[in-house]
Order: sequence, then structure tokens, then C-alpha cells
Amino acid sequence: MTAQAVTPTAVSKRARLWNRRQRTLAAIGACALLLITLVFGSWLIGDAGLNPVLTQRNQPPSLAHPFGTDWLGRDMLSRSLHGMSLSIQVGLLAASFSAVIGTGLGMIAGSFGGKIDAVITWIVDVFFSLPHLVLLIMIAFALGGGTKGVIVAVALTHWTNLARIVRAEVLQINSSNYVQLSHRLGHSPFWIAYHHMLPHVFPQVLVGLILLFPHAILHEAALSFIGIGLSPHTPAIGIILAEAMRHLSTGYWWLGVLPGLLLLLAVKAFDSLGENLRVLIDPKTSQL
Amino acid sequence: MLSVENFSVTFTMYDRGLVQKQLTVITDLDLEVRAGEVVAVVGSSGSGKSLLAHAVLGILPANAETSGRILFQGEPLSAARCQALRGRAIALIPQSIGYLDPLMTVGAQVCRVGQLNGLAKPAAKLVMLETFKRYNLASEVQHLYPFQLSGGMARRVLVAMAVVGQAELVIADEPTPGLHPDVVTETLNHLRELASEGKGVMLITHDIEAALQIADRVAVFYAGTTVEIAAASDFANGKLRHPYTQALWRALPQHDFIPVAGD
Amino acid sequence: MQLKRLAQFTVRKLIRLVLLLIAVSLFSFVLVSLSPVDPINAYVGAEMLQIGPEQRQLIAERWGLDQPMITRFWLWLQQLGSGNLGTSMIFNQPVGTVIANRFQVSLQMLAIAWLLSGLLGLGLGVLAGAYEGRWIDRTIRFYAYILASSPTFWMALLLLIIFSVTLKLTPICCAAPPGVLATDVTLGQRIHHLILPAVTLSIIGVASIALHTRQKLIEVLNSDYVLFARAQGETLWGIIRHHGLRNILLPAITLQFASLSELFGGAVLAEQVFAYPGLGEATVQAALRSDVPLLVGIVFFSALFVYIGNTIADLTYQIIDPRIRIGGL
Repeated sequence: MTAQAVTPTAVSKRARLWNRRQRTLAAIGACALLLITLVFGSWLIGDAGLNPVLTQRNQPPSLAHPFGTDWLGRDMLSRSLHGMSLSIQVGLLAASFSAVIGTGLGMIAGSFGGKIDAVITWIVDVFFSLPHLVLLIMIAFALGGGTKGVIVAVALTHWTNLARIVRAEVLQINSSNYVQLSHRLGHSPFWIAYHHMLPHVFPQVLVGLILLFPHAILHEAALSFIGIGLSPHTPAIGIILAEAMRHLSTGYWWLGVLPGLLLLLAVKAFDSLGENLRVLIDPKTSQL
Repeated sequence: MLSVENFSVTFTMYDRGLVQKQLTVITDLDLEVRAGEVVAVVGSSGSGKSLLAHAVLGILPANAETSGRILFQGEPLSAARCQALRGRAIALIPQSIGYLDPLMTVGAQVCRVGQLNGLAKPAAKLVMLETFKRYNLASEVQHLYPFQLSGGMARRVLVAMAVVGQAELVIADEPTPGLHPDVVTETLNHLRELASEGKGVMLITHDIEAALQIADRVAVFYAGTTVEIAAASDFANGKLRHPYTQALWRALPQHDFIPVAGD
Repeated sequence: MQLKRLAQFTVRKLIRLVLLLIAVSLFSFVLVSLSPVDPINAYVGAEMLQIGPEQRQLIAERWGLDQPMITRFWLWLQQLGSGNLGTSMIFNQPVGTVIANRFQVSLQMLAIAWLLSGLLGLGLGVLAGAYEGRWIDRTIRFYAYILASSPTFWMALLLLIIFSVTLKLTPICCAAPPGVLATDVTLGQRIHHLILPAVTLSIIGVASIALHTRQKLIEVLNSDYVLFARAQGETLWGIIRHHGLRNILLPAITLQFASLSELFGGAVLAEQVFAYPGLGEATVQAALRSDVPLLVGIVFFSALFVYIGNTIADLTYQIIDPRIRIGGL
């Protein structure tokens, strides 16, 4: 194809330096390291920089305060790191719950089939036919907001994709010859589930779980941002950005831009972690 | 008309662990197609015969490298010349309707060939209708989509597409896969007809029987090259030299029906 | 024959819609009944201390809040049947009216964002796919990769900082200049106010459609029929014009209609940042101030909105794809 002029030599030069699998592993390592730093970094810093220093108010980014300071003179970098850490933890918790729901329902739908499958598939469809954010707001509202509300809302709304994937996987394995044969050989359903299902479903769930994280974190931040999520007294990243919005017209751009950048970084890191793991686990791409 | 000399195609591919591998699919191939004759290139499925067609048309994938010479009407077929000639002086008859745009009516696609041959749209349409008539296709066929064509109709449409332009060389790439014997004969007769009009026809097929029905000469393709180019009559006369050719001949049901080893 | 199939399609879709709406209303009411929020407190707000129990009772009766949940659900379903969604507590207007008014304000913004992201996404996707592996493809992919998951509200903040605060090109909030009566707002002013929210939404929306189009075009370019088209002497752009667009348009349209759900969610966030008084902003208000009828009404409306989008997407396939239209495959 004339347009596909990826010159083979150029590719091979880069490839020789570092092959595909090494690059994948490196990306996984880098993302994991970054995320661990984000989660535990705030513990290391402790409360330093969180107390108001009135002489240091509204400082633009500098070496002493890379993210600047806010209207109370608090260091925005440590606030953002604390907020990010909190948001990631909330997101991880919610996404894990969600993954459990998704895997469970997917397995049930795929294994039992028939009416149960139809009902679960329909529930998934119903969830897909509401805008994600509206659903989140509704559930968070019903639970009275707060940390619990956010976690439940995110957990209840993010399982659908994973449920679909797991269901499809289970259906496919169930109809495969070796499972049919296994049944005829007299293996119990549990034996089959353990020996044939688990090895196939587990990697999917793992990757699915990790790919849930970015969505969970983003939605947690969005809920907190509009004021239905974490309480305004907890320095979650969404709260920080909502505060920044109030000081927007004053021209203190760093209050909003830099914490948001941190959020984007965290989200992308999870995304990249999940995608690279998928590449590694998926037999279609793992040998590339 | 077409002569291929000392021609090789090599692919650069990734081996395991990102070591690059050179895979030579066609080696030192020689072939000549003269005006007014049908030359069959016969070889087993998946042996890379189609690549020869793609090479002549200049549509090999980007990771393929070629060496040797292809001359068309006495002049080397450079990339630019290839681009100018493909679809005009050299036409392809593909394997199946899988090679037609599934969302475009047959008529529009045949017209498009005419337009690519420099005709204005109304003129292209006229030529299309004439060609349809020639191949016994009702004019309603132009409004059909590829998935609506029957096997025989599809064959005729594909042949018609090669004829809409003023092609001098027609390359038929495996034009009779899994078809009813009557349709095979019909398609082959169409090809023979094209040769009688003075066009050169290269018939690429795995079906030696079909090839012998209409070919003037048969080039036997084995291990990436033509091991033997024999006149079609040599097959029946027992004048075959290469063991693979002999094996192919003996494998036919009406002869000894001995399977070709390693096929 | 064709009419019959279309009728079947419509009936099937309507049944699904009714089922969906029942599910949504049930779901909403269960959630609301679980809610610890006392709507009376939320409604009265700061004046809570000044009213007596009788007034409380009156308010409760007026909103039907004293009834048990199942009765309320029934009442509400009956009202729905007669086309009444209840009365919004914050706006003191029928929910239907509030939603209609607010949606009208949002609609222009949503429409612009939707068209812009669709066209831009298609264009960028085609460019990236046609030049797969080249720098232009890398740039577009990088853009889409970053934007596919950047927070909408942060993007809105960023644009606000750049265009409204720093460059002062666009207004900082609202759908009209402050102090101007709604009837006096000119078209120019309206566009001036909706341009930034619309651009925010389209910048984010472009990513998925571009990536999808790119993927699809690459598939098409590697197909057998494109190989044959090249053998017929088509150039790359000839192929894209005659075969590429034809084959990628259908999935692109489907995706674009299916993206209405994302768009609606994005609008909630964007309207919040730009204080744009549309339906999204009303959603947030309803949740923050416990306006249950309005919130439930919006949930309902959004389900309908998304469902219509998905149905149109299905319908385009039925109408455009000849394999389904004629072949009934």
C-alpha cells in the first residue's frame, strides 16, 4: 500500500534496541511505579504544606511550590498529591466492587443461560441506556452523597462492560469441544470451572479490573467536582478542582490546571497499565 | 507481450523475538505471455502464485521486495508505468466476489472501471451495458449488490469488469474456485475467447485439469518458481520432464490418481 | 415485505422502550425511597426554623410526600400516563416544562458539539487511517489517546482559563449576558455564549470517533476489494472516496448516535463549569437540592434521549446497508 510506508528498516532499528515485549514490560513497570508513588507519596510527605501559611498566599508555581499555593497559602502540590491518593483509593475500592459484580453476573449469565441470561443481559442493556453520569448522580444522591455514596454509585455503574466480556468468554468456552468432552468424561462442573474457565476468565477479569480504574477515578472526581461526592472538607482531587473553579476569574490558573494534569496522568497511567497487560496476556498479541 | 525474467519476491517479516527474517516466496521465475495465447500458471494452493499477479500489477504489500525484470510490451514495468497501466492495459480477474465492494452496486463498480479507463460517466455506462449484453447479463444486474449475485453471474460480472477497459493482458487469479463444472467451463471459455481476440491471458490456478482445457502453454509453479513450461499438448504426449509436473499429471483422477507427495 | 419488516422493527423497539421505561421508573423510585434526604427540609432550606408542623404537613401534602412509597410510585405512574411528570420543587414549575425549557437551552449546544465532533472525528480518522504510521497518524492518535480519557470538567476549566480569563474572547459564564432579558438576547450573543461549552464537548467527543474511523479505514484498506480496486488503477484518495467512505460511514454514524449517552453526561459537567443553564445544570441542581421529581424526570428523559439515539443508529443500518435492507440478513 503506497500510504503504509512504514519502512521496515526504521522499525527494525528501534526493535533491535528494545523489543516489543521488553517495551511492554517497561511500560507496565513505569506505570505501576508512578501509581504507587501517587498513592503512597502523600504518606511520605505527611501533613507538610497542608497548613495555611498566610504570608505565602496565591503564589504561582516556583521551585519551592511546584504547583503554587492557594488562597490560604497551602502548598498545592501536597494538596494535589493527597487528593490524588484519596481519589485513587476510592476509585480502586469502587472498581474492585464493580469487578466482583461484573464477574459474578457475567459468570452466572454465561453458565446458566436461558432466562437468567436473558434477564441479566436485559439489566445490562438498561444500564447502558442511561447516561453514565446521570446514573451516577442518581445513585449518589439516593445514598445521600459522601464517600459511601460515591463508592456505591461507581461500583453499581461500572460492572456492565466486564459482565458482557465475562459472559461472552464463558459462553465461548462452554460451547468449545474440550469442555463438551470434559462433561462427557464425567468431570464435575466445579472441576471444569476450575480447570477450564478460570485460566481463561481470570486474565480477562484482571485486565478488565485495571481498565475499570481510570473510569472509576474519573467518575469519582466528576461527582466530587459537582458536589455530590466526597465532602468539601476532604481534599479529593475533584474538590480541589471545584475550589479552583471558584477562584478562576482571579487568574490563579495553577489552582486548576496542575491538579487536573495530575489527575490526567494518573488516569492515563492506569489506562496504559491495563492496555499493556492486555497485550502481554492476550495470546494474539503476546508474541508480537 | 509480458515477459518475466529472473524474478524474485522477498518478504521481510518478524520472526519470534523480533529477529527479522527474509522470506523468499518467488525465486528466479521466468515466464512469457504472448498476445493471443493463454498461459496457465499451475501450482498448489498457497504456494504464492497470486503474488506473481500482484507483482505484475504492482500491488504487492509494502514489506515485499522484488528483484529481476518484468517487461511489458518490451519495456520494463517500473512503479510509475505500473501505476499508469494497471486497470488499463493490464486487468485482473479476481478469485471471487469477495473482491467487490459489498456496499456498491455491481453496475456502479463496472462503470467505475470504465471511468478509470478515461471514459466519461455516460460513456462508461454504455460500455457497461454492452459488456453485460455480451456476457448474457440482464441489464437489471447493474442494480444488484455483490451479495445478491449467483455463482455464475458473479463469474461473468468479474470477467466483464476486465473487458470494460481496453486491457491487452488479462490476469485471471484462480477464477474457478469451488464452482459448478458448467460454470468452470463457461468461465474458461470466456478466457479463451479473450485470447482469440488477441489479448494475452495469464491463468493462475491450482486446477491443472482446468488449465489444460484452454491453455496453450502451462507453467508449473513449484517451490516459488516455474519448474517447467510445457505446451499443453506435452501433457498428453508424456513429454513432461520435471518430476513434479509428472506427479501432478498422475494425481488426476482420470489417470493414476496418485496423491502428490508433500502437497 | 419491506414495510412489514419495518413495522416489526418498530413494534419490537416500542415494546423494549416500554420495558425500559418501567425498569427506569422502578429503579428511580427504589433509589429515592432509600435516600436519607428529607425532601421537605431540602425544599424549605434556611427557613426551616421558622415554620411549624402544620406548614410542614401542608408542604408534604402538596408534594405528595406523606404517602408510602408504593402509593407514590403508583400515583406517579398514573400521572405519567396522563403526561404529567410532577412538579419541580426548586423551580416550582411542572417537571415537563422545566425539562423542556432546559433542554431547549442545551439542545443548541449539544447539536453543535455533536456535529462538530462527528465531522471532525471522521475527518481526523480518515486522515490517520490513510496515512497509517506516518507522523500525521501519530499526531492524531496521540491527541485522541490523551483526550479519550481527560476529565471533561478539567478540559472545560482549561478552555475557560485560556479563552475567557486570559484572552477574554468568550464570556465566563451563562447562556446570555447578565441583566439581559431572555427575549432580548440576540443570536450572536447566544452563539457567543454557547461556543465554548460546545467546543469543550466536541474536543472530547472527537477522540473515540476518530480512533474508530481510523481502525475501520485501515481494515477497509487492507480488504480484498480495495486490493482489486488498486488493481483497477484507483489511487489512494480514489479508493477512499469511492470505497472507503462508503464502508466506514455506516459504523461511524452508528457510533455517533450511540455516543449521545456520553454527550449527555459530558453536558452535565460542561454546563456546571460554564454555569450554562441547560438540562445538565438542572440535573446537578436537582441532585444537590433534593428535587426528587425533577431528578427522576431527568433520569427518565435521558433514558429516552439515549434510547432514541440508539434506535436511530439501528434504523440507519436497516435503511442504508443493502445487505440488511434487501437481503434481510
